[in-house]
Amino acid sequence: MSDIRIAVKEPNGEHTEITAPTDMGLSLMEVLKANEYPIQATCGGMALCATCHVEVLEGPELKEPSDDEAYMLESLPTSTSRSRLSCQIKLTPEMEGLTVRIAAEDY
Amino acid sequence: MNKITTDICIIGAGPVGLFAVFEAGLLKLRCHIVDAIAQPGGQLSEIYPKKPIYDIPGFPEVLAGDLVNNLMKQIEPFKPSFTLGERVEHLHKQEDGSYIVETVAGTQVACKVVVIAAGLGSFEPRKPALENLALYEGKGVNYMVIDPEVFRGKKVVIAGGGDSALDWSIYLSGLASELTLVHRGSSFRGAPESAEKVVTLTEEGQMRLLLKSNAVALNGTDKLEKVTVQSEDNSTIDIEADYFIPLFGLVPKLGPIENWGLEIEKGAIVVNTFDYSTNVPGVFAIGDINTYPGKLKLILCGFHEAALMAQSAYSIINPDKKYVLKYTTVNGVPTL
Repeated sequence: MSDIRIAVKEPNGEHTEITAPTDMGLSLMEVLKANEYPIQATCGGMALCATCHVEVLEGPELKEPSDDEAYMLESLPTSTSRSRLSCQIKLTPEMEGLTVRIAAEDY
Repeated sequence: MNKITTDICIIGAGPVGLFAVFEAGLLKLRCHIVDAIAQPGGQLSEIYPKKPIYDIPGFPEVLAGDLVNNLMKQIEPFKPSFTLGERVEHLHKQEDGSYIVETVAGTQVACKVVVIAAGLGSFEPRKPALENLALYEGKGVNYMVIDPEVFRGKKVVIAGGGDSALDWSIYLSGLASELTLVHRGSSFRGAPESAEKVVTLTEEGQMRLLLKSNAVALNGTDKLEKVTVQSEDNSTIDIEADYFIPLFGLVPKLGPIENWGLEIEKGAIVVNTFDYSTNVPGVFAIGDINTYPGKLKLILCGFHEAALMAQSAYSIINPDKKYVLKYTTVNGVPTL
């Protein structure tokens, strides 16, 4: 079992750190939601609603977004080159030190 | 105008809304289902019909589309009626405590009980974060193209990079006097033919394409007159515009249901787990649209909620009769 630490910046500027397990097949979205961060994740992880939009500020290289995710990110008015849908990021031990900022709601 | 009279009006034709017809039918209650989408099944039909589901009791594996077909077959004996392709808009309470549910197209469903099984809600246009966007809604800002003729001879700015932004740019470039497409990215992920066509039209001077750019401000006195666009290097230009059409895809929202006086928490309807009733008498909410302590957004939980809802609905519709639980193994399935 290996836990990783993830740093999270919220839209209101708050900066916190959480510990997340990597042996449960969780996505970053699920961990953020479980820790009661302000994300809606309405669609439950299907890359459909983009209400789990985060910006990856620091950390190891992540796997490229799938076509579905990339298309969704492209259609968002506020996305940047660092944007990801947290529901599409499966947590692995290599992600120790990941730092993300939760995007402000843009609709 | 279309008017329907029934016992229960179910909003949402997803798996939980469909199964609610079955549970109501066992109690000889008639149902009418309304859904904004033109086919039954909700997300299962619209989004993932070919995906297998593994957590429906008794089905080790079932395709989402097959589950919908099976549910449709299961509720057939109860002859539910449907209004599909119309989003619900208003809930009118009648003096006798019954309701009229009205759709955006004016269809009216008179019923004694309303069951909201609307899942994620309805898909609404995603709005960009522009300070005075709401001010110009209906005065130049449109989130969808309903009648393209409106834009004939007008100056139009479209924002977005998906298929609908590309397709409407191509279409409206032939109608508008000036058309500008503003896209945040440097390329398009949509259909390659559409992207090529947009580039060709731009080269021919039929439209203007601003890449790596964002609309950042709207201006105008009584109606929209100008859209300010900022490019990646922070330089801005003002574009004269009669219309601004942001096309940033759809996001699931509660929609008009939000204004029905229901208690709402984080985008979901708060219910009492005794019978999944809401704070509005005679209105229930089941499936993914509701919330309560311990809520799990699972189809099987929605099925359970439908069963419990039905017994309270029965008491509202038949105040003088006592509810008696009947097993299908003993009584079979009644017909309506």
